[in-house]
Amino acid sequence: MPTPPRPDRAIPAALSGLYQEVILDHYRRPRNRGQLEDATHHITLNNPLCGDVIELMLKVAGGKIEVARFMGRGCSISLASASMLTGRVAGQTTGQASEISAEFTRLLHGDQAPLADARLGDLRTLAGVSRFPVRIKCALLGWNCLDELLRPESAESE
Amino acid sequence: MSLDAVRGDFPVLSRTVNGRPLVYLDSAASSQQPHQVIERVDRYITQQHSNVHRSAHTLSGEATEAYEGARAEVAAHIGAPNPGEIVFTRGATEAVNLVASSWGSAFLEPGDRVLLTILEHHSNIVPWQLLAARIGIELDFADITGDGRLDLDHYEALLRREPRLVGFTHVSNGLGTINPVAQLTRMAREAGALVLIDGAQAAPHLKVDVGAIGCDFYVFSGHKMCGPTGVGALWARSGLLDAMPPYQGGGEMISEVTTQGSSWAAVPYKFEAGTPNIAGAVGLGEAVRFLRSVGHVAIAAHEADIIEHALARLREVEGLRLYGPNEASDRTAVFSFTYGDIHPHDLATILDQQGIAIRAGHHCNQPLMDRLGVSATARASFYLYSTRADADALCEGLGTAAQLFGGIAAPPAS
Repeated sequence: MPTPPRPDRAIPAALSGLYQEVILDHYRRPRNRGQLEDATHHITLNNPLCGDVIELMLKVAGGKIEVARFMGRGCSISLASASMLTGRVAGQTTGQASEISAEFTRLLHGDQAPLADARLGDLRTLAGVSRFPVRIKCALLGWNCLDELLRPESAESE
Repeated sequence: MSLDAVRGDFPVLSRTVNGRPLVYLDSAASSQQPHQVIERVDRYITQQHSNVHRSAHTLSGEATEAYEGARAEVAAHIGAPNPGEIVFTRGATEAVNLVASSWGSAFLEPGDRVLLTILEHHSNIVPWQLLAARIGIELDFADITGDGRLDLDHYEALLRREPRLVGFTHVSNGLGTINPVAQLTRMAREAGALVLIDGAQAAPHLKVDVGAIGCDFYVFSGHKMCGPTGVGALWARSGLLDAMPPYQGGGEMISEVTTQGSSWAAVPYKFEAGTPNIAGAVGLGEAVRFLRSVGHVAIAAHEADIIEHALARLREVEGLRLYGPNEASDRTAVFSFTYGDIHPHDLATILDQQGIAIRAGHHCNQPLMDRLGVSATARASFYLYSTRADADALCEGLGTAAQLFGGIAAPPAS
């Protein structure tokens, strides 16, 4: 049984805002984690500064993302964000997925307006990352994968 | 022993971070500077700044005297008999690049081997890879044992491949392992190799004597030993520098320049093209004086006490896995660890919110991380101004991390 030295220590508010339960849940029980054999789109990006790696796989048919899966290693923020990504973009058209990505990026850069956007769903729990500038790149790693895959030139090359 | 008075010499240690007193545990990345260094650099800039070795005026004379005085201090710090064997560089990284580029290009041939170790910082790997790509040398890497020490049997086996140069770190920046440098050097020289030692993590903590070690090159950085950033040094055995071609061309490094060609200045100036980082060198010289005034013996005793205390405290933290030598001896006060399934970056953020600065990541040690089977670790590194209370704060901070994560779980499968 793990026994933290001071279990009743006060937790700084910014931290409770960052590490919300839903984020830790996605970190410990990632959704859609695994290989996608019939992926039409596939990319791996890393963050050379910290060593985080996200591999994103999409199955796109008729302009619509039917399945999204990911693999990777990294911190709770990067993995939870990638896990949420796979849930949010599945069933969306590639255009809608790009819009969600843009809205989420705005949110992480401190713009509160996307909080009203229901399409972001549980991604809104990651808004606290905007208070930690060095961690924004963690939350965006999976989305950088998505943006790369959905760039017009990438789509044409598929 | 207590170095409380020394702690008071470091202005930054009295600040707060995120509303808590700063607990600075990232000295292996960059150490803090005492007021003696800050004031010396300030005096150089406000009273003595000028170009060195150039002009006949008073300021240039004072600047030159300060710069060359620093060279003598730096030489004495590592037991080098002659200040002329010290080349000022931007740091240990540039010093390794200098040797790889200058000595390597001039004396190595395609198929020659260079032996490194898996403990090396990227700065003692990548310059050799660049050279390998350029002229076709082969690189070997000596392995480590389970507790993070160099595997001497493997090292000996690789020496039989007759490397022309052997490069190893004096102290591992990732694990704190102190290598038996005199023994490693003796073995390498018996195999006919030159020896380059990365002293970036040793020069701040240990008494270094390049003569007693018997190596050919020794490199280190100022900013890890209470000095400024952007300055460091290469020491080379007498005669080696004379035989090496220049690293960069420009002012200061020449004897005569015509449109038809140039001749080189004597060492060490042949390797110091352009106006050097004078303020940095002067600050480094003052840092060396500061460390000497505290004394190697006192620093070692203080750090030994911290190591013993920190090891004991960290071992009490359930779910914490410590990498590197298990014993307090043969290691410096650098502790790499993972903590359950909480990623090192999350730990670093959580600790920072409590005023505790640690490093998280691969520590410019990716081959070592691969060898350990992890993508990142958290690293807490202590120095002469650190205290037992800093180690206690770290352990309490880890408790907060566990609380925030609702307890800790087994590390995720990679």
